[in-house]
Amino acid sequence: MTTEATGAPAPPRILYQRPRALVDKSTHYCPGCGHGIIHRLIAELLDELELAQQTIAVAPVGCSVFAYDYIAVDWIESPHGRAPAVATGVRRTNSDAFVLVYQGDGDLAAIGTAEIIHAAARGERITTVFVNNGIYGMTGGQMAPTTLLGQKTTSSPLGRDPKLAGYPIPISEMLALLRGVDYVSRGSVADPPSVGKVKAMLKRAFEIQRAGGGFTLVEVLSNCPVGWGMTAPESMAHLAEVAETYPLGVILDRSKGIGPGVDPGLSTRLAGRAEEAPR
Amino acid sequence: MTTAAVAPATMPERVLWKGNEAIAEAAIQAGCDAYFGYPITPQAELLEWMARRMPELGRAFVQAESELGAINMALGAAATGKRVLVSSSSPGISLMAEAMSYMAGSEVPVVLVDVMRGGPGLGSIGPSQSDYLQLVKGHGHGDYRVPVLAPASIAEAMALVADAFELAERYRTPVAILADGALGQAMEPVVPEYREPPRRPSTWQADTARGRAPRVVKSLILRPEDLEAHNRDLQAKYRSIEEHEVRWAGESLDDPEILVVAYGTAARVARTAIARARAAGLRAGLLRPITLWPFPTLALRGLARHVRAVLVVELSAGQMLDDVRIAVEGLAPVAFHGRTGGMLPSPGDVVTELRRLWSITEPVNGRHRPQRGRRPVPTEPTLATGHGEQLDEGVAAEDLPALAEVWR
Repeated sequence: MTTEATGAPAPPRILYQRPRALVDKSTHYCPGCGHGIIHRLIAELLDELELAQQTIAVAPVGCSVFAYDYIAVDWIESPHGRAPAVATGVRRTNSDAFVLVYQGDGDLAAIGTAEIIHAAARGERITTVFVNNGIYGMTGGQMAPTTLLGQKTTSSPLGRDPKLAGYPIPISEMLALLRGVDYVSRGSVADPPSVGKVKAMLKRAFEIQRAGGGFTLVEVLSNCPVGWGMTAPESMAHLAEVAETYPLGVILDRSKGIGPGVDPGLSTRLAGRAEEAPR
Repeated sequence: MTTAAVAPATMPERVLWKGNEAIAEAAIQAGCDAYFGYPITPQAELLEWMARRMPELGRAFVQAESELGAINMALGAAATGKRVLVSSSSPGISLMAEAMSYMAGSEVPVVLVDVMRGGPGLGSIGPSQSDYLQLVKGHGHGDYRVPVLAPASIAEAMALVADAFELAERYRTPVAILADGALGQAMEPVVPEYREPPRRPSTWQADTARGRAPRVVKSLILRPEDLEAHNRDLQAKYRSIEEHEVRWAGESLDDPEILVVAYGTAARVARTAIARARAAGLRAGLLRPITLWPFPTLALRGLARHVRAVLVVELSAGQMLDDVRIAVEGLAPVAFHGRTGGMLPSPGDVVTELRRLWSITEPVNGRHRPQRGRRPVPTEPTLATGHGEQLDEGVAAEDLPALAEVWR
């Protein structure tokens, strides 16, 4: 567009572009998969908060194992489920770094249950992005601990039966009970407004880490069209049903007094004690 | 407590020190940036020493939720270029196999101390050398090797800690120190000598991409052609380690007619037995591997040409024995004497075995190759079980200091 007054072109107003921290590359993710959206949100925030050059990220085993190909920061590959332990080693020896962990639900809520709970209990100053699509996507769509009751997978062909396979694990709510945790929330990539909320949750978690807070985690309900046997739009619509088992919202934001059993007075007293032994 | 409260600078010249604690302090003085561990007997004092010392030096210490946690914390810290020590004992070492494989694959240097105890399973807390196959032959999955250093004294263990960090960083590989419960628990006089290997520049570490392109420390290489190329590179590195890093010690090797091969605590028992045998006119000598991988294959083969027999002594049912046989290549009969479960062979038992071998083999003339086929060759290794008629009662671990004079 030009204006008649000057005859010079107005500077273009960029509404949308690839974040610098997102590598210009096609992903290996299936069409319609939510991982790409979540990668982009992380990359946008790394740009906006100027964190990319301070970040050491830990990659999981699962569909997002190649996250290091798409987000332009230093990455360390972790054995399956051990990412919170790997991140602990990074955190304790790199006090200036921004430490980011990316895990799926098989990685975090099954094989890595001990690692995530103890990293949280220690209050490790790390931020975990926990992508919950209720299935083992990489290995062909098997049942995960997060799989919904009745959900058919390749290893629960008749639907998840609690008598055989127990119940879905609300791991974010469990983690929110631990004193070392400062922030836990659950969002969804079901639609653009939800995606916007996930970005706000991630930003809050990132900022708490930058401010020297404790463990932070954002769970993102994501889809797996191939593993769920649905089209991409069907799988996005199905996320509303998933959210009935895993309610959306901020589960814990300690410094704002939000969360189960949060006692601001206790927080203050413990924080004072924590200052004696810096993380 | 003899030394716990004493800063290194003011340490007396010669101190009585427990193996686990001496190893820990040697690591600290070698510049260890971080330690991660989990309590397990008989290495718990190493963890406890680090729990006090590392925080007071402003360095990282975490008591992990498991050995899995500990070794993966080590992976994380070491992948950022930090100098990292992990320690455990046999069952815990089993749990660490996964991450060791990842570190071998992604070429992350770390030093792992295994204070071996009796197995299999939960076994016992007594000293053992039954993790030889586990650590020397691979540990985790995949085609990889880990340099394994085997100290026979506390002073040697302290020196090997610094060497292990240097090897790990030079070759970008995990390195193991294979000690046993006797070495970890025993106290012996040492003159503390420390060494801090020089640091290498950051060329591969994931230590934040400030002013450079991002790096990835990983072992996943999905294209078969690429993974094979990576494996070729790893194997070339291992050949280089085999060429340059073999270490062993010998005693009475001028004229041995029977060669004893033993490492660590078993070598101390063998040493005493050899002295007794020599006093009785039986010329035995000792080859003591210090690196179990790379194994001193060529040195052993050279010696095997000139001896009546080779005797392997281990605190196991015969694990290093395989490597000895590979090295000897049939040039001499190979016999075995070992105890398991936390029991130690007694020098008397080893002398008895030396006499038996002497009686059933013929002298080797000078430098000539033994005439194979003419001598009776023991068909099976003789595993001492503690129930054999000819055996002494064996020695419990707590009697170790009385077993051998201090190895300097």
